[in-house]
Amino acid sequence: MKSNNCFHCGDDCGNNPIALDDKNFCCHGCKTVYEILSGHDLDYYYDLQSAAGASPKSIDGRYDFLDSTPIAEKLIEFNDGNLQIVNLYIPHIHCSSCIWVLENLNKLNHYIKSTQVNFPKKTVRITYSSSDISLKEVVVLLARIGYEPYISLDDFDKKKKSADRSLIYKLGVAGFAFGNVMFLSFPDYFDLSSSNASGGEYWLNKYEPVFHWLIFLFSLPVLLYAGRDYFISAYKGIRSKMLNIDVPIALGIFVLFVRSTLDIVFDWGSGFFDSLTGLVFFLLLGKFFQQKTYSFLSFERDYKSYFPIAITRITKDGKEETAQVHDIERGDRLLIRSEELIPVDGILIKGQARIDYSFVTGESEPVKKESGEKVFAGGKQLQGAIEMEALKSVSQSYLTQLWSNSVFQEDKASTFQTLTDSIGRRFTIAVLSIASLSAIFWLYFDPSKALNVFTAVLIIACPCAIALSSPFTLGNMLRIFGRKKFYLKDTQTIEQLAQIDTAIFDKTGTITTAQKSTATYEGMPLTEAEASLLKNTLRGSNHPLSRSLYNLLAEENIVTLDEYEEHIGKGVEGTKDNEHIKAGSADFVGNGKTTDALTTAVHISSNDTYKGKYIFHNEYREGVSQVFEKMSKNFNVAVLSGDNEGEKQRLEKLLPKLTPLYFGQKPQDKLEFIKSLQEQGKKVLMVGDGLNDAGALAQAEVGLAISENINVFSPASDGIMDASKFKQLHQYIQASKKAMKVIKMSFILSLTYNLIGLYFAVTGQLEPVIAAILMPLSSISVVAFTTVATNFIGRNID
Amino acid sequence: MSVIYVLLAISVLVAVLFFIAFIVSVKSGQYDDSYTPSVRMLFEDELVKKQKDVSTKKNKEKIQLNKQV
Repeated sequence: MKSNNCFHCGDDCGNNPIALDDKNFCCHGCKTVYEILSGHDLDYYYDLQSAAGASPKSIDGRYDFLDSTPIAEKLIEFNDGNLQIVNLYIPHIHCSSCIWVLENLNKLNHYIKSTQVNFPKKTVRITYSSSDISLKEVVVLLARIGYEPYISLDDFDKKKKSADRSLIYKLGVAGFAFGNVMFLSFPDYFDLSSSNASGGEYWLNKYEPVFHWLIFLFSLPVLLYAGRDYFISAYKGIRSKMLNIDVPIALGIFVLFVRSTLDIVFDWGSGFFDSLTGLVFFLLLGKFFQQKTYSFLSFERDYKSYFPIAITRITKDGKEETAQVHDIERGDRLLIRSEELIPVDGILIKGQARIDYSFVTGESEPVKKESGEKVFAGGKQLQGAIEMEALKSVSQSYLTQLWSNSVFQEDKASTFQTLTDSIGRRFTIAVLSIASLSAIFWLYFDPSKALNVFTAVLIIACPCAIALSSPFTLGNMLRIFGRKKFYLKDTQTIEQLAQIDTAIFDKTGTITTAQKSTATYEGMPLTEAEASLLKNTLRGSNHPLSRSLYNLLAEENIVTLDEYEEHIGKGVEGTKDNEHIKAGSADFVGNGKTTDALTTAVHISSNDTYKGKYIFHNEYREGVSQVFEKMSKNFNVAVLSGDNEGEKQRLEKLLPKLTPLYFGQKPQDKLEFIKSLQEQGKKVLMVGDGLNDAGALAQAEVGLAISENINVFSPASDGIMDASKFKQLHQYIQASKKAMKVIKMSFILSLTYNLIGLYFAVTGQLEPVIAAILMPLSSISVVAFTTVATNFIGRNID
Repeated sequence: MSVIYVLLAISVLVAVLFFIAFIVSVKSGQYDDSYTPSVRMLFEDELVKKQKDVSTKKNKEKIQLNKQV
């Protein structure tokens, strides 16, 4: 294999690949995984999909907490003393190779009995014999082959909940009853059971009650089980004095059932049981369609999904012990290992901290801390182990106390009235008045028909098609958006997105990219020789800043250095023909006075004289200007940033004039800002990315999280958007508006059907067969119309 | 007794049997993950095969998988 990409993970191997078996590897971790897999006859992994792996991260004791029985017990799903089953979430699962290798885990360790992957949820269920292998060993084995499970505080707190399958059951019951009722209604449809004189069959006529009562039996579970939700919802609606769309539906189902039962009891006719079961079946089908969920994404995350379950605490006598995160108290000494998350605010006591706050702020460049400095909860230690002293408990830390705000307890759904529900109110009133008026009319002319007409109106006016148009339109839009990497939590979010009039953006990580790839130079200009030497020195380094600076500098001839040395955490130096250059931190190059801790910079010195520094800037996403320009035409737009004003001038240049920019906003401030806008009656869209935006995202009508990699964690939100699609944001909002128009049009369509039905009902000619034709016909045409219309909208967005 | 009772009983019985089969399949979790089995069935049991014949392994066709959105 000649390519310079790693055979295991596909990353660029850089300048010094590690070769084994004619294959290149970018690091020893990847090579080790290859050795493990090929040593156990698992090379097929690489045949299925090339470069599917991930390089394993260092483990050193990070999973020690799994040895603690109370913690392990919470995670294990099933335990009979010998056999244990655990369900682990592995974010890296992404292809068929992953499924294959994980399901062949018992080849690596035969104490693992079986493994089963759930691909959409990215979970693996492992059965192993606990007397031979512990949970920790299983987890470490997974981590060693690059499939590190993600175990967080969330797993620890949540109750074991079984999957909600009730909708599938209900759909099954309704479909089963619908089919059988239709089947048993055939004699009625073809009028075979009427009297002998009118051409009916004698024996069908004779056994007619048998058919009717069988039909009755079949529709009982539909009324009592499958359609139960509509009655509950209608009852709730009436109690809170809100006539939602479920009120006329429940009324229709109920009247259908009573009227049909009376029909067969007194032998007035054959009843409308076929329409009843069909109606419920179609309605549930709509619900099922609407229930598209992206099970591999979670829209409900709070800090618990990020935080570890347990952490190493150092006791007074210097011993290490595993402590649950909730038990950490002020004054505890904690050991944070490489790649571990800092769970509480505290003071750094020992070690060099390089902390990645990207979960919190979206800023990817790690921050350096010396002992004695404060560190905040939510940061991830990148390099080596550090010791810190806790200053607060978990729930009182700077970041986590945001979640005590009431906004996280409220359910947005309950306060929002959908378009369908607002139509439902007027619809119910109209139907009831038409029914009463026509009943009064018939009481006057032909009292025997009055009850018949009254019930017929309620039956035919049952807004099945109206109730279907919204789930099918929005459900389809949800799928179209999903294909464009714009994932929304539910269909209601589309409705809310169509109504917004204000858009607020976070800065770092939202309108800037995570990579810092532009830099400006400040200081004495470098000579040509120095520039060449610098470029060649940087060539050898794998540090992210060296890599980006290397890519930015002008092309130079490759020269071989006489001397080269990399000082981890400090910088690089190189020598050629008595010319000596150093690049790295301010201390390293001999510029003691660190000017400005707020910027990320690489300092340069040549022959021990300080030359200057490259300052890295946030790069703005492609198309930011265009997005803001388009958005500001239709909406109020503002930028809300947690950073200092350093970038103000660049932003002002980039964004349309007079775009309000707010800097130095704390998480709580962002939330309050959105709240104050809402108090002015604005409908707010918040676009953010880090945990520090979580409050604002929850408070806003629509909170969108932007993510460079949707498999990585993003804060709780109503929607998750792939960063590459940021340009299209305006289009997506417009598409949502069009979708609402489609719903309105299909309302008109279904009302037309209702008017036709009403003609039969009011004049007292409604036969069961007309209802049985009209109901599915209107539903199917509405479904067809919305599907075609939404696909048309979908084709126009890229 | 008329034959119609027999016929109806049989037809309802068959329908109920299928209904029970449906309920059982949902209960056993078959509808929870409708995607992974479609990939799993394409894996060949090459681990057994490899012991018999090593040379064919290299030419195996790759199964490409479109990432699920």
